Amino acid sequence: MEKIKYGYYPGCSLESTAIEYNHSVHATAKLLDVELVELDDWNCCGASSGHCTNYELSLALPARNLAIAEKAGLNIAVACAACYLRFKQTTHDLRKDKQLLQKIETIIEMPYQARTETRHLVEIFAREVGLDEIKKRLKKPLRGLKLASYYGCYLVRPPEVTQFDDPESPHLLDDLMSAVGGEPVDWTHKVECCGGSLLLGRVDIVKKLTDDICRAAIDAGADGIVAACPLCMANLDTRQTTTKMPVIHFSELMAIALGAEPKEYSKWLKKHINNPAPVLKERGLI
Amino acid sequence: MTVQLVTAQGKESADTAFYQTVKEKSGARLERCYQCVACSSGCPSAYQMDYPPHQLLRMVQLGLKDRVLKSNTYWICLSCETCATRCPNNIEIVMVMDTLRHLALAEKIKGATKLPLFHRTFLGDVKLFGRIYELGLILWYTIFSGNIFKLKGLMQDALLGVKMFSRGKLAILPHRIKGQKAIKRIYDLTGKTG
Repeated sequence: MEKIKYGYYPGCSLESTAIEYNHSVHATAKLLDVELVELDDWNCCGASSGHCTNYELSLALPARNLAIAEKAGLNIAVACAACYLRFKQTTHDLRKDKQLLQKIETIIEMPYQARTETRHLVEIFAREVGLDEIKKRLKKPLRGLKLASYYGCYLVRPPEVTQFDDPESPHLLDDLMSAVGGEPVDWTHKVECCGGSLLLGRVDIVKKLTDDICRAAIDAGADGIVAACPLCMANLDTRQTTTKMPVIHFSELMAIALGAEPKEYSKWLKKHINNPAPVLKERGLI
Repeated sequence: MTVQLVTAQGKESADTAFYQTVKEKSGARLERCYQCVACSSGCPSAYQMDYPPHQLLRMVQLGLKDRVLKSNTYWICLSCETCATRCPNNIEIVMVMDTLRHLALAEKIKGATKLPLFHRTFLGDVKLFGRIYELGLILWYTIFSGNIFKLKGLMQDALLGVKMFSRGKLAILPHRIKGQKAIKRIYDLTGKTG
């Protein structure tokens, strides 16, 4: 099999508030022989603030990164669900409107044909590496660990743009967690919004939404919530008020199950506000 | 064209051009809305909105420009896409919300929220460094928004900041990309942002 290789776009959060996500993505990719080449001199995708204020800006910022990947002849692997949608939306809109594509090409001063494909790491691990291959490589199955897989908004919506999974009842992340031996729980808040872009602007709304999500996961009997986005992670881990629910990136769990070294994962497990280590220890996983 | 309407608020001026503008700019098939309320039923932030999404759409159809643009609805909208995904008429409601934001910024409407300030601070950060400098964004927004004077919230955030800082989750210095000129060019050519 040819080695899976992607242009890696970590996104701004993975250099700072979600540094543990970045470390664990690299660890998991290495254990699964996926080559991630960080895009040269990438820039911020503009996130919600981009599309809320200026449509062309919200296309041009991602387009520069997409053009960098196109030049390198690589498709893009993203870690953040918000960056994921911005890249997918840009590609979607510019493939439909050739005139707009030309305009954006002039603005970014780089050749760009909207050919680059964008995939989230969950898709790459679950669909390209494959669940069977992951099962073959398991060193420490996450036996007995009950997990609430949280998809949030931008992996699954708008479905015609992201084409990730069923928008109301997705299962790709659950499949991935089953493959590493965990027990996904059936729960109500898989695709409910965490408050995303209101993180700093309306903390009261974010607190209500994250509390609802955390309580739903507890009601379903989960030991922890699995996130696939640094912004969902930041909201859920830091803004829950009435619960102390551990929230963990899917890649942290995958790396542990695939045999990452204790000195490696202990570095990133320490970074959480609600410590996930006690429940992992209780299940004999670390 | 301006027409007089009698609404629950009494007599109100309606601007029919407003409906056309929003429809054209957003590309949304606004005429299809028949008030089934699927959008508002699933909206996670409707409970904080002056008007829930289905009411706002009706007000746009009627051309109630002033009341629409002075509402907080489109700033409180999380762009979570739940409404648009569930709309039986495939109305691109999030594009409508984006269009209202763009119009409000262009017309310098004094909004009911500080969210435009957040977006401006965020994009200013990106313009300056090419990437988000999270610590800077948090500090600037806390100062500019006046949240620095809200002691209870400030203490909670400061405590959280210390926890994150001690865990090495807040990079102290910004990362400046090499292509800063390219980013500046993108900002210059895509026009003014709020």
